[in-house]
Amino acid sequence: MAILQTTELAIQFGGLRAVDNFNISINEHELVGLIGPNGAGKTTIFNMLTGVYRPTEGDIKLDGVSIVGKKPYEIVKQGAARTFQNIRLFKNLSVIDNIKIAYHNEMKYSTLEGIFRTKRYWKEEKKAHQESLDFLKIFDMQDYANTLAKNLPYGKQRKLEIARGLATNPKILMLDEPAAGMNPQETYELMDTIHFIRDKFNITILLIEHDMNLVMGICERIVVVDHGKIIAKGLPEEIKNNPDVIKVYLGE
Amino acid sequence: MKDNIKKSYLLNIVGILSIYLILKLLIGGNVLNRYHISIVIFICINIILATSLNLATGFLGQLALGHAGFMAVGAYVSAITAVALKSSGLPDTLMLVISLLVAGIFSGIVGIAIGIPALRLRGDYLGIITLGFGEVIRVIINNMKSITGGAQGFTGIPRIANFDNVFWITIIVVGILYALTHSRQGRAIISIREDEIASEAVGIQTTKYKVLGFAIAAFFAGIGGGLYAHHLAFLDPKTFGFMKSVEILVIVVLGGMGSLTGSIIAAIILTILPEALREFANYRMLIYSFILVVMMIFRPQGIFGTKEFSLSSFLHKLRYNQIISPRKEIKGDE
Ligand SMILES: Nc1ncnc2c1ncn2[C@@H]1O[C@H](COP(=O)(O)OP(=O)(O)OP(=O)(O)O)[C@@H](O)[C@H]1O
Ligand SMILES: [Mg+2]
Repeated sequence: MAILQTTELAIQFGGLRAVDNFNISINEHELVGLIGPNGAGKTTIFNMLTGVYRPTEGDIKLDGVSIVGKKPYEIVKQGAARTFQNIRLFKNLSVIDNIKIAYHNEMKYSTLEGIFRTKRYWKEEKKAHQESLDFLKIFDMQDYANTLAKNLPYGKQRKLEIARGLATNPKILMLDEPAAGMNPQETYELMDTIHFIRDKFNITILLIEHDMNLVMGICERIVVVDHGKIIAKGLPEEIKNNPDVIKVYLGE
Repeated sequence: MKDNIKKSYLLNIVGILSIYLILKLLIGGNVLNRYHISIVIFICINIILATSLNLATGFLGQLALGHAGFMAVGAYVSAITAVALKSSGLPDTLMLVISLLVAGIFSGIVGIAIGIPALRLRGDYLGIITLGFGEVIRVIINNMKSITGGAQGFTGIPRIANFDNVFWITIIVVGILYALTHSRQGRAIISIREDEIASEAVGIQTTKYKVLGFAIAAFFAGIGGGLYAHHLAFLDPKTFGFMKSVEILVIVVLGGMGSLTGSIIAAIILTILPEALREFANYRMLIYSFILVVMMIFRPQGIFGTKEFSLSSFLHKLRYNQIISPRKEIKGDE
C-alpha cells in the first residue's frame, strides 16, 4: 500500500511555478531518492509534504489521509518526519535534550502536573530519558549525550538530526541532502546508517541527494525533477542511462 | 539518580531556609532597619518580575518590551481586590494571596489576549507591539479615574505585604518557573527559542506554547505588580512606563537570557546598586550605565549565560577541585 501519494501537486510563487504536476506514490518500506539540479524544486516538494508550504494545487495523502492544509506539527503526529538541508538542531541544548524534545508528544502529563512534579511527571520523564539514551546508543552517540548540539562534529550533527526525526516515531522519514558537506568516509557511514534505520525501524525513506554515489548506491527507486517537473522515474540503472537525465546533469 | 535529586532538593531547602533565618535574625536584631527591609522586598519583587520576563524573552526567545504593562495590570487589580476585601476581616496574608491570584489571572488573560495576535510577529515587530501595549495600559489607567484614581494615583491600598510573605511568595514563584522550565512544556518553549521551524518539525504546537509562555510570564508579572502595590500602598501610573519595562529587561539581560538564577543575582545587584550609589546623586545613572556597557562588552551573554547556578554541583566542584583541603577529603574516606 502507498504510504505517501501525491496527485498533481503544484505550487506557485508569484510568477514562478516552482513545482508542477508532481505525482509520486511511495510504498511502505521503500527507499526512494529524489534528485535534480540546483533550484529544481526538491526542497520545495519537501516543504509541501511536511506542511511548511501549502500547495496551490493537488493533493497529498499520508497513509491514506489527506494532509493538505495541515500544520507541520499535525503532519508529524500523523507520521512524517524530516531533516533540513541546512541542519536545524536546537544548538544550545544538549544532545539528549534534542531527542527528548521529539518525545514531547509521547509524554502526556499536563503543565500543572509538570510544575508540581506528580508521580506521572517522574514516570514519564524517566521513561523519556531512558528511551532517549537508548536511541543515542543505536546511533552510537551515547558518549555525547550531554554535549551541546552545536559542539558536535558536522557528521554527528547530521546524524543527530536524523535521530531526532526518528524519535517522533514516523512512518516515513524525509532526508534533505543528508550527505551535504560530508567527506567520502562520512558519506559512506551515512549510507550504512540509512540502510540500518530503515530495517531497524521498519520505515519508509525519501531522500534528496546531490551525491550520485549515495543515491545510486542505496535507493531502490529514483525520481528526477528539473524546473519543478518530473523528467524521469525508475530504477537506478534506468536513471543512469536515461538520456534526459544525462542531459540535465551533464549539460548538452 | 533519584537520590541525587532528593539530595539537591534537600540542599536547596537548607539553603533557602538559611537565607531566610539569617535575614530574620538581622531584622530581629535591628541590623536591618525599615529602609533595608524595604530594599529586600524590592529585590524580591524584581526577582519575580525578572524571572517571569526571562520566561518570555530568555526561554521562549520573544522580545517583550511591555512587562511593566502586565505589572501595572496586576498592581491595580490586586489593589482593587484588596480594597474590596478590606472589611472582610481576613488575615493579611490570606487577603494578599487572594488579591495576588486575582491579579495574576487577570494579567494572564490580558497576556493571552495580547499574545495571540502579537506572537504572530517576530523580533522588532513584537517588541514594538508589546511596547505599545505597555503605553496603552498606562493611558487606560490614567483615564479610568473613578476606579484607578487616574493621574493622582491610587491611595488607601492595604499594606499587607511584609518581609515574610513576600519572601516565601518569591520562593514559590521561582520554584514554579524552575519546575516549568524543566518539564516537557518548558522544553517545548525553549525549543521555540532555539529554532521555531525545527520545533514544529518535531511535533511541537509552537503557537500554543508561545502563548502559554507569554501568558505565564504575564501571570507572574501581575503577581509582582500586586506585591508592589501592597508594599507601597500607593500607585502612580507614571511608574509603569516604558523605562520600567527596560529596567526589568536589563536585569534579565545582565543575569543571562535563559537563566533564572542569573536573573536572581542580577535583580539583587541592580536593586542594591542604585541605592548604594544614591550619595553620588547625579553620577548614579552614569555609573549604572557604565557597568552595563562594560558588562555587555566583556560578557554579552550575561552573568550566567543560559546556565543555572546549582548548589549541589557547586558543592561537588568545591570538593573535587580540592578548594577544601585535600587532607579533609582523605579523612572523610577513612
Ligand atoms: N518561499 C519561496 N518564495 C519564492 N520562491 C521560492 C521559495 N522557495 C523556493 N523558491 C524557488 O523555488 C525554486 C526551487 O527551489 P528549491 O529550494 O526547492 O530547489 P532545490 O531543488 O531544493 O535546490 P537545491 O539543490 O539548491 O537545494 C527556486 O527557484 C527557488 O528560488
Ligand atoms: Mg534544496
